[in-house]
Amino acid sequence: MNERKPVGQQNPIESAANRKRTGAKPAKLGRDVQARLGQQLRAMYDDVVNQGVPDRFTEILHRLEANGSSKDGH
Amino acid sequence: MAMDESVRKAILGAVPSLRAFAISLCGNVDRADDLVQETLLRALANIDSFQPGTNMSAWLFTILRNHFRSEYRKRRREVEDSDGHYAETLKTQPEQYGQVEYREFREALAQLPQDQREALVLVGASGFSYEEAANICGCAVGTIKSRVNRARTRLAELMHVNSAEDFGPDEQVRAVLAGGE
Repeated sequence: MNERKPVGQQNPIESAANRKRTGAKPAKLGRDVQARLGQQLRAMYDDVVNQGVPDRFTEILHRLEANGSSKDGH
Repeated sequence: MAMDESVRKAILGAVPSLRAFAISLCGNVDRADDLVQETLLRALANIDSFQPGTNMSAWLFTILRNHFRSEYRKRRREVEDSDGHYAETLKTQPEQYGQVEYREFREALAQLPQDQREALVLVGASGFSYEEAANICGCAVGTIKSRVNRARTRLAELMHVNSAEDFGPDEQVRAVLAGGE
């Protein structure tokens, strides 16, 4: 196996994927590279997540909830 | 049936992550938000088929993914769409994720085959287990694992990284951006 050993401390934002890698074949990529790719992926993803819930979606749920209630005769 | 408050909260709670997943699938914020909206409407119309106590987020992701797949196939027939076209779409929208620092990564991600991209995002960013991701994608756990591995290898190739040091330039950009805030 030519898997690289991480030098020093593993990044604390170690990917969930890495944690769950047991049973999977060791990837050819070094763990440091994997960790960094994972970090970038999550940073990009979390940027969107941190935008929260746009109003249009809250409104849809409220509207449908109101419709559902009236259908039930409440 | 009137919607249970806890169900409504669970659905709303999943929206931010659904959007992020949708953007990674279709590469366009407006289209992604439409996709999320269509997903919510479908979910609410079929809320009775949701098993209380199971993972609401995984249920919604499954609906979104299936809906995207069927829409994507339709569009593909209509306009000869392809992953290449998707990549082009991304390139013309540099503000996609709002951060210049992700440009290189985003472009590499866009070049992955769709199967690999979704597997990588579900496991590596959405926080699903391999088992959950396999359920969402309707395939075997081993298939998800191999897709994720291939996605990582391909990403590294596309970004020409062989070691963590190769991330240097991006780090510099990151530092500059952080300093400018």
